[in-house]
Amino acid sequence: MEKFIDNLSPMDLMRSEKMSLVQLIIPVESAHRAVSYLGELGLLQFRDLNAEKSPFQRTFVNQVKRCGEMSRKLRFFKDQIIKAGLLSSIHPVVEPDVELEELEMQLAEHEHELIEMNSNSEKLRQTYNELLEFKMVLLKAGSFLVSNNNQAVAKERELSENVYSSDRYVEASSLLEQQMRTADQSGLRFISGIIFQSKALRFERMLFRATRGNMLFNQAPADEEIMDPLSAEMVKKTVFVVFFSGEQARTKILKICEAFGANCYPVPEDFSKQRQITREILSRLSELETTLDAGIRHQNKALTSIGYHLTQWMSMIRREKAVYDTLNMLNFDVTKKCLVGEGWCPVFAKAKVQEALQRATFDSNSQVGSIFHVMDAVESPPTYFRTNHFTNAYQEIVDAYGIARYQEANPAVYTVVTFPFLFAVMFGDWGHGICLLLGAVVLIARESRLSTQKLGSFMAMLFEGRYVLLLMSLFSIYCGLIYNEFFSVPFHIFGGSAYKCRDATCSDAHSAGLIKFRDPYPFGVDPSWRGSRSELPFLNSLKMKMSILLGVAQMNLGIILSYFNARFFHSSLDTRYQFVPQLIFLNSLFGYLSLLIIIKWCTGSQADLYHVMIYMFLSPTDDLGENELFWGQRPLQIVLLLLALVAVPWMLFPKPFILKKLHSERFQGRNYGMLVSSEFDPDVEPDSARQHHEEFNFSEVFVHQMIHSIEFVLGAVSNTASYLRLWALSLAHSELSTVFYEKILLLAWGYDNVVIRLIGLAVFAFATAFILLMMETLSAFLHALRLHWVEFQNKFYHGDGYKFKPFSFALIAEDDD
Amino acid sequence: MYGFEAMTFNIHGGYLEAIVRGHRAGLLTATDYNNLCQCETLDDIKMHLSATEYGPYLQNEPSPLHTTTIVEKCTLKLVDEYKHMLCQATEPLSTFLEYITYGHMIDNVVLIVTGTLHERDVQELLEKCHPLGMFDSIATLAVAQNMRELYRLVLVDTPLAPYFSECITSEDLDDMNIEIMRNTLYKAYLEDFYKFCQKLGGATAEIMSDLLAFEADRRAVNITINSIGTELTRDDRRKLYSNFGLLYPYGHEELAVCEDIDQVRGAMEKYPPYQSIFSKLSYGESQMLDKAFYEEEVKRLCLAFEQQIKGAGDKEPDVDL
Repeated sequence: MEKFIDNLSPMDLMRSEKMSLVQLIIPVESAHRAVSYLGELGLLQFRDLNAEKSPFQRTFVNQVKRCGEMSRKLRFFKDQIIKAGLLSSIHPVVEPDVELEELEMQLAEHEHELIEMNSNSEKLRQTYNELLEFKMVLLKAGSFLVSNNNQAVAKERELSENVYSSDRYVEASSLLEQQMRTADQSGLRFISGIIFQSKALRFERMLFRATRGNMLFNQAPADEEIMDPLSAEMVKKTVFVVFFSGEQARTKILKICEAFGANCYPVPEDFSKQRQITREILSRLSELETTLDAGIRHQNKALTSIGYHLTQWMSMIRREKAVYDTLNMLNFDVTKKCLVGEGWCPVFAKAKVQEALQRATFDSNSQVGSIFHVMDAVESPPTYFRTNHFTNAYQEIVDAYGIARYQEANPAVYTVVTFPFLFAVMFGDWGHGICLLLGAVVLIARESRLSTQKLGSFMAMLFEGRYVLLLMSLFSIYCGLIYNEFFSVPFHIFGGSAYKCRDATCSDAHSAGLIKFRDPYPFGVDPSWRGSRSELPFLNSLKMKMSILLGVAQMNLGIILSYFNARFFHSSLDTRYQFVPQLIFLNSLFGYLSLLIIIKWCTGSQADLYHVMIYMFLSPTDDLGENELFWGQRPLQIVLLLLALVAVPWMLFPKPFILKKLHSERFQGRNYGMLVSSEFDPDVEPDSARQHHEEFNFSEVFVHQMIHSIEFVLGAVSNTASYLRLWALSLAHSELSTVFYEKILLLAWGYDNVVIRLIGLAVFAFATAFILLMMETLSAFLHALRLHWVEFQNKFYHGDGYKFKPFSFALIAEDDD
Repeated sequence: MYGFEAMTFNIHGGYLEAIVRGHRAGLLTATDYNNLCQCETLDDIKMHLSATEYGPYLQNEPSPLHTTTIVEKCTLKLVDEYKHMLCQATEPLSTFLEYITYGHMIDNVVLIVTGTLHERDVQELLEKCHPLGMFDSIATLAVAQNMRELYRLVLVDTPLAPYFSECITSEDLDDMNIEIMRNTLYKAYLEDFYKFCQKLGGATAEIMSDLLAFEADRRAVNITINSIGTELTRDDRRKLYSNFGLLYPYGHEELAVCEDIDQVRGAMEKYPPYQSIFSKLSYGESQMLDKAFYEEEVKRLCLAFEQQIKGAGDKEPDVDL
């Protein structure tokens, strides 16, 4: 048996890739090239040998800074391009990579040019906008002034008429009037300007307060949005004219204008002067416009030429920065002529890494080649699975729980099939399955297009899981055929029903039931069960027992995987004192239950399995009576019970005691601790010098073992019960779809009215799509996830490893997008 | 009330609590500060900060950096986060958060008024103002000639209006009057904030009354020391002390009659919490007092922050250069 197992060919994906800790010694002159070749290869994970140094104490900090500066410039270009409304070209020109220094100069040049252009056009634009505002103010404020003057004139005339009508009043009032007129001419002034619409109200209030109401405020909204000369944003503005009197008020008002950011423009009172100024402004505006346009064209041209290279430059800078970041993780050796790096590399990739290093040496004309050798590792290597499009999503499902310990059995292998299957047990409906299948097929068919696009988080999740979705839908079609459910409608696909009515009228079908008149329905549930009185009891019993069978099978698989783990890591202790008692315990209780279920199904016995199981514990020696399924059941039960009882101390006690014994044997006579030399020993590799010091704490080990055993014993019961969720969710799904079908679609179809039928159809479609296809899928997915994470994986999976993160340009590009 | 406030806490403050905890995770750690101490140029600092939460705020600054830019950007982060929280907050937390900004508002008002008095440019002054204490018509402060105008023109619209009602005099604005105005405003503000916190009750009252009492006492000591040798009468001085805190009322009586720094020390050493602060100082020294008080304040704020309750821990340490 053991030989057979050893001779099995290794399964792909079952064990993570073998890794080795390698050391690279690269001459300084070829280091940059070597690292960038390794980045293209993407199969080496560097270890940070300078972790204690802060980022700016490292060797290549200046280069990193320069890259940071350059990427800032590139971001600036990108902003400018977006601001100018140009699209960066979709098909960037691919040019041979330029040298970093050259690129740096180019970028600086471009930036300088752009900034200069911006400042030039900025000045022009500011004058332009100011003129535009002035024009607006002239137009609006001019009209205020005119109407005001008219009013004033009218009033004056009225007054004078009054005055002249009564001669008696003339003498008394003429002086006063004269005074008033002079005041009117010299004292009544106005300030006109333009202000943000949002601030206008507060501005007016402030003016009112400051002048104690001695002012007249006129305002009119500007017709169009104006670009503010200072902030260069399009805003709504309001033109205002304030009339006031007195010098003090003037300074106050000007200050307030300043505080509110209102731009004041002088408007002459004289109408002809106004016109003249307006004309002047208009001519200057048109001049400026042509200059501005020319400037913008020039700028756009410069930006487009930058835009051609932008993507290439960006990716180049990103790679350069990554290379220098990696170089910063390397150490200088004693002579300062070589860089020493350590890293993890999959065994299969060693040759490729070596080849890349050689290529780098050759390409950089270095005199000395790089040295590449394998070192001993104390810490556990990273976990690396070579997945493809299909397996990746399943590996992600497992990784979401925890990354596998190095080389431990990978549950993803089984998850590929068991996950979609358990999902389908809960989601068994071949109508819904076909809907899901269509979705999955669409995603897969457009795979190449969608993978280049940037998707929303929800779509991205769906797209990532497209192959999971595919298998889930296929399995749910399969399970749907077994359950004979199609939107809860039974179909006679595999021939006719095995049941028929007792007589032609079928009157007693619901009281006395049907009779079986031929062989059972060949595949799945007989369509005649649908709608019958015994439908639920029958399906419940079927699904419940099936769930237990599936659960016990999967948990056994988990325990068997723990055996393979123990074999792989050569831990006979785990095999003998963990795997064997666990297997015995689970199978003597729930394996026996599964056996009973199968026998009951095969023989059609009427035995009560609850009763058998419960009294197996309460009174094992009692006679089983009518519940006896096979000969010798009672002695078997007693044996199984005893086995289960023995298995508990078996898995609890021996392992910690044996560990203690082993430990004391190994360290016998070594009562004194090792002397740790404080000096650095040059002969010894830095890594092997680190002593692996392990302490044995018996009570800790024992408590750990106790927790583990108790967890398993209790878990055996609760996990089996947990698998009943398969039944529950499946029941809920079929009941829900029945409700939607019968209570909505059939009810609406009962009316002979097109509108009601259409409404019923719409509601049915909506409920099916959102509740059954989305919510139910999600819930079944989550329950399947839980069954895998908790019930299956806790039997063998440690999940305390860490992922292999190679230094790779491809991964960096992905991260940035 | 005290026992049950946690029951509905998440309904009102759960989201903000989560945000505050998130911000807390983004604070610079002791190792960060150690590394910052080792920086030799401002570029080093930028580089180090780019790995922290402050990174996005600094990354687009062109290379010759100035200290002011760094501080400005880091403050901007604080302000952005604070404003976000303020927007998300519901009553009474939003009022609480607003109360915290009033202090900055008073400082800004005083800054602008003093600046205008010395004929500085308003724009320049505005840049120096703390962004948390900005209000709409702050620039108009420059228009006002005396206290009454100040109130009538500008402050009547701001939340500071009720505090101001106490110090409206038609006196002209000069340095002395402005200083008195600042202290009167602070007195009214602290008392109001204290009352508000007491009204809220629970852990807020407990923590905040401690912090506010400390603040009130600190101001009382500062007023005393600064007014020694000026023409401020004892009664006027007495009026500027806030009516709560550890020193109230007997400590205030003693402080009001102090004539030199050693008398202040004598008065303060009767209070155990302040004994430790004064014990660090040698006799006759008042320069270090500010620093000692500041350290004590930061310590108390940290303690409050560690308790992680409501907005009490909303102050983030800025980057010190």
